[in-house]
Amino acid sequence: MSYLLDVRYVTKVYTAGLLSRERITAVNNVNFKLNSGEIISIVGESGSGKTTLAKIILRLLPPTSGSVYFEGKDVWSIKRREELRQYWRQVHGIFQDPYASFNPMFKVRRILYQALSLLDENERGDPEGLVREALKSVGLQPDALDKYPHELSGGMRQRIMVARCFMLRPKLVIADEPTSMIDASTRAGILKLFTKLREENNTSIIFITHDLGLAYYVSDRILIMYKGEIVEERTPDELLEKVEHPYTKRLLSDVPFLYRKWS
Amino acid sequence: MTLLMAENIKAYYFTRMGTIRAVDGVSLGVDKGMVLGVIGESGCGKSTFINTLMMNIRSPLRFIEGRVELDGLVISEMSREQLKKDIWGKLVALVPQSALNALMPTMKIRDFIVDAVRQHQDLPKEEIVGMARRRFEELNLPSDTLNLYPHELSGGMRQRAVIAIATLLNPKLLLADEVTSALDVSTQKQVLNLLADLRKRRIIDSVVYVSHDIAVVRQVADKMAVMYAGKVVEVAPTEDMIAKPLHPYTTALVNSVLTLEPEVRKRELSYLPGEPPSLINPPRGCRFHPRCSFAKEKCETEEPPLVEVSEKRLVSCHLF
Repeated sequence: MSYLLDVRYVTKVYTAGLLSRERITAVNNVNFKLNSGEIISIVGESGSGKTTLAKIILRLLPPTSGSVYFEGKDVWSIKRREELRQYWRQVHGIFQDPYASFNPMFKVRRILYQALSLLDENERGDPEGLVREALKSVGLQPDALDKYPHELSGGMRQRIMVARCFMLRPKLVIADEPTSMIDASTRAGILKLFTKLREENNTSIIFITHDLGLAYYVSDRILIMYKGEIVEERTPDELLEKVEHPYTKRLLSDVPFLYRKWS
Repeated sequence: MTLLMAENIKAYYFTRMGTIRAVDGVSLGVDKGMVLGVIGESGCGKSTFINTLMMNIRSPLRFIEGRVELDGLVISEMSREQLKKDIWGKLVALVPQSALNALMPTMKIRDFIVDAVRQHQDLPKEEIVGMARRRFEELNLPSDTLNLYPHELSGGMRQRAVIAIATLLNPKLLLADEVTSALDVSTQKQVLNLLADLRKRRIIDSVVYVSHDIAVVRQVADKMAVMYAGKVVEVAPTEDMIAKPLHPYTTALVNSVLTLEPEVRKRELSYLPGEPPSLINPPRGCRFHPRCSFAKEKCETEEPPLVEVSEKRLVSCHLF
């Protein structure tokens, strides 16, 4: 069986400085595979390389070495615009601060219409209908269409980003800290949208997060990233029972619990 | 014994957009030796509240009414000069939310400390540096930190240094505002351990710990208070509040926490519809009623008082 996504030996080295050429390995020899309809999380603290990895998979940043295969095709071999459009239609990114992803001068309607350009022409039949349907899917009223991004709360802006996924129905969504700027009491509403996306379209999702609790709740598999490497890969149940890497062990001993007090 | 008593505090921001009623009639007490956790989400007024607890009021914020008594002194009637001279740093100290940026980037930590201490007490430079060095050693913080610039320290080290500096004059009460929220879990735990250490060594007596993160607060707090839209909606001993939250908002908060616990993974996550209200024009009656699934007619018109429903448990909700 072939995988939806196959990340093979991906390494990213940044060089900094004009004269000294300091080299920083942000992502080091990362391997993992993802099936259709699977939800995984890549968990790491700031600077662990998780966002760099996400950008490489999204074909926004070239790896120094290694390859990313999507449905068996090496995504960094894509050269033609039309093929790229197809790729970005199938693989969609959602980022931490949706405000930064929006043009502040555009109303929500225009932001959603922009996403429609990624669809094939014959799929765009009734654009207004598609846009309204997507808004409904994420629990927003049609009057949001005539608002500017700054008139919406962080939670609503993130819902708009997810609405794009309901329009495009990508095969893979890469969500980089999608709820870290959202209050806990509204966060669950956003997380439910992601699981609904999977239920309705068999979408695969990669959550990139620092929040082990979130990863534990939503994922089928959890990949722990530390200093650019995937150091541990576990199912949620295994995470509580057996972990091997010292970093994972430390992480598990330091996360706060709700129903237990640290001794 | 009560160390701090805040009674019916109101503090509003006066802006061009209107009056923001950030703290609107809050009463809370902190006993000697106790850690009080204040839970709330963005914009609920918790940072404003913690600042009013030490009467750190600066325009456009204004103290409207209420009484704050700290260690027998009515600090709500003192002038800013008097507070600076006699109260801040010595009786009560604040580690603000932006503490990671509180240190002067162009000053070595030791020079910053000298400046900070001299705001409250006129001592020779050598004496202050000596005090700081002994304190850092006592708390197992590397004392060569004093000779470094802030950018040479990691986030966690900077946060611990700020806390050590804020408590240099042994204040009885430490007010900690989201002191772990920007840190990864391991550094977060180091900061919490430092707070515990400060109490164990009797450098400080009591703590008010403000945060949005219930799982963190429950680790440190003896008692918790939940704020919503400028008001306290529930107060309870920590274990009681986690085991059996009463107010519908507290229930939603507790049920939205994601931790590495099987009982958490198994449950259906709850979330609230809509958004927290504007504090310029808060809803009539109970401020939570537009988002509450138990709301009755009464909730839309009548504000529920904060009442004692069982031992040590206070709730402001018409259901109780």
